[in-house]
Amino acid sequence: MSSVSDTAPKPQRRLPDLHVLGPILALVALIVIGAAMNSNFLSYANITNVLARSAFIGIIAVGMTFVITAGELDLSVGSMAAFIAGLMILVMNGALAGMGAGLGVIVLGIGAALVAGLAAGWINGVLITTMRIEAFIVTLGTMGIYRSLVTWLADGGTLSLDFGLRTAMQPLYYGGILGISWPIIVFAVVALLGEGAMRMTRFGRYCAAIGSNDQVARYSSVDVNRVRLLTYVLLGLLVGVATVMYVPRLGSASSATGVLWELEAIAAVIIGGTTLKGGFGRVWGSVVGVLILGLIGNILNLTDWVSPYLNGAIQGVIIVLAVILQREGKAGA
Amino acid sequence: MTKLMSTAAALALLASPALAQEDETQVIGVSIPAATHGWAGGMNFHAQETIDRLEETYPQLDFVLATASDPAKQVSDIEDMVAARGIDALVVLPFESEPLTGPVASIAEQGIWITVVDRGLSEEGIEDLYVAGDNPGFGRVSGEFVAEQLPEGGDIVVLRGIPTAIDNERVEGFETAIEGKGINVIGMEHGNWNRDDSFTVMQDFLSRHPQIDAVWASDDDMAVGVLAAIEAAGRDDVQFVLGGAGMKEMIDLVRQGDEMIPADVTYPPAMISTAIELTAVGLVSGAPVSGEFTIGSVLVTQENADQYYYPDSPF
Repeated sequence: MSSVSDTAPKPQRRLPDLHVLGPILALVALIVIGAAMNSNFLSYANITNVLARSAFIGIIAVGMTFVITAGELDLSVGSMAAFIAGLMILVMNGALAGMGAGLGVIVLGIGAALVAGLAAGWINGVLITTMRIEAFIVTLGTMGIYRSLVTWLADGGTLSLDFGLRTAMQPLYYGGILGISWPIIVFAVVALLGEGAMRMTRFGRYCAAIGSNDQVARYSSVDVNRVRLLTYVLLGLLVGVATVMYVPRLGSASSATGVLWELEAIAAVIIGGTTLKGGFGRVWGSVVGVLILGLIGNILNLTDWVSPYLNGAIQGVIIVLAVILQREGKAGA
Repeated sequence: MTKLMSTAAALALLASPALAQEDETQVIGVSIPAATHGWAGGMNFHAQETIDRLEETYPQLDFVLATASDPAKQVSDIEDMVAARGIDALVVLPFESEPLTGPVASIAEQGIWITVVDRGLSEEGIEDLYVAGDNPGFGRVSGEFVAEQLPEGGDIVVLRGIPTAIDNERVEGFETAIEGKGINVIGMEHGNWNRDDSFTVMQDFLSRHPQIDAVWASDDDMAVGVLAAIEAAGRDDVQFVLGGAGMKEMIDLVRQGDEMIPADVTYPPAMISTAIELTAVGLVSGAPVSGEFTIGSVLVTQENADQYYYPDSPF
């Protein structure tokens, strides 16, 4: 939660209307409901669990915010994460014989995941910008490709990290500094850097400019294709980072890994107030969106409040409500 | 004279396909869902292995194997098998019951032998042979084991699969078996037969309940997530975790006498082999194989685990 309060914006041009407050109100309401329903909700262990498990989608959602702000979309991130996870496991298992279960193999695995993420994002970006194919179609295609590739790599089963390596790598998910685990720290750092990039750098402003009107941006001598390509490369890299956090948790990857992550990430970005058609992006909003989604699942597991059959319905209602809150604020603004 | 000869030749030409069919090979079509999760991966492995073996045993049989990633693809696969390969028998594990029922029924009307595996069609009496897994039995065997391990009774949590008829039958069988044994189910949530989902659900169960005696994970993939969550939380109140299906890594743990995984309950993906084999026997020998064949769910413990360990299978 630290990342939320750290990145909360000072109201600048507009007053803090519902548009800005909507997602925060929803988050606060969920925290209050959760605390009222179960005394363990605010326990250190539970908060840590929720933050750590939200980190995967959260890190991806930060990258997705830039892509959506620039008026694009990426449906391939979930499959991409599964594929990178599979690749990372294969690379590490392969290098184990020569290098032993030590830091070397882990660094190699992390490097492989980051490079694979960069490459996968670059492929998406190049197909979209230089080949001029719709982002929806390109990433729908790569979504299928990566999902099939991981199934193929795993021979239809599950790729598992060597047991000794898994033990050596576990601290990457379960360990941390001062009781804050690594996924939470990485998520917070990525969110802070993302917020900074969106608000204070030329890159962030270009993304918004391209998203609101790419023709005008082009006439204003913005290299539209280059910026778009960069958003996809950035997202790919962040998918790689998320995968580095994901693999040590269970030490396995299969075709069931990362299913629907793309939709969760997109939902989090939209809940947070970024407009789906581009032109306006809010990284801290995406972080709040991810936490909202994570908390809903957590609260539903901690209570017998509703039939588990209805979990999806509750999530759907809250997503739509959070967005309605913003739209009302926007209409008044 | 020439006319007569050409007529004879024409007759011979006309007759030859019919004659040839008598000794020509018979074709069995096998249509199964693609390997999108561990169990299906195992099923694909066993299907391929059985086909390879039977093609050697019966030179007069030919096999066509098609894997489908959705029901529509499976329907086209089956139509292609009938149109292009002229199959004599079809072994089908329906992706979903509803969309496959009509197409399979129309093929059955053409006199093609139909063997249905695992998931039944939504209309009865279409298939000649039904090879089925025993879902209520899977739940019952699991429930009996949990009750036996906790003779004093105890508090357990249950992870369910994807909400489906299969999952309901299993859970009902389980609940019936533990009835009156003093076993309290203090939490039940869907882990969707998925490692990540079950990890999350188990973490939340551990936050919510200070004392959990045992976990019925009801599936080996979910058991993996459950074990990781328990280990990460450093909790030692959970005495054991019971999965199910017969994943080789879990069977291996049972073999080695692991304390947390004392047993497993089978729901063998190799049931596809039974179906293909019975269909082949019916075609080549004329031995009666029509009817229903239910494959029981068996409790695997350290004593009999070797029998259920397939190190080459991906599952």
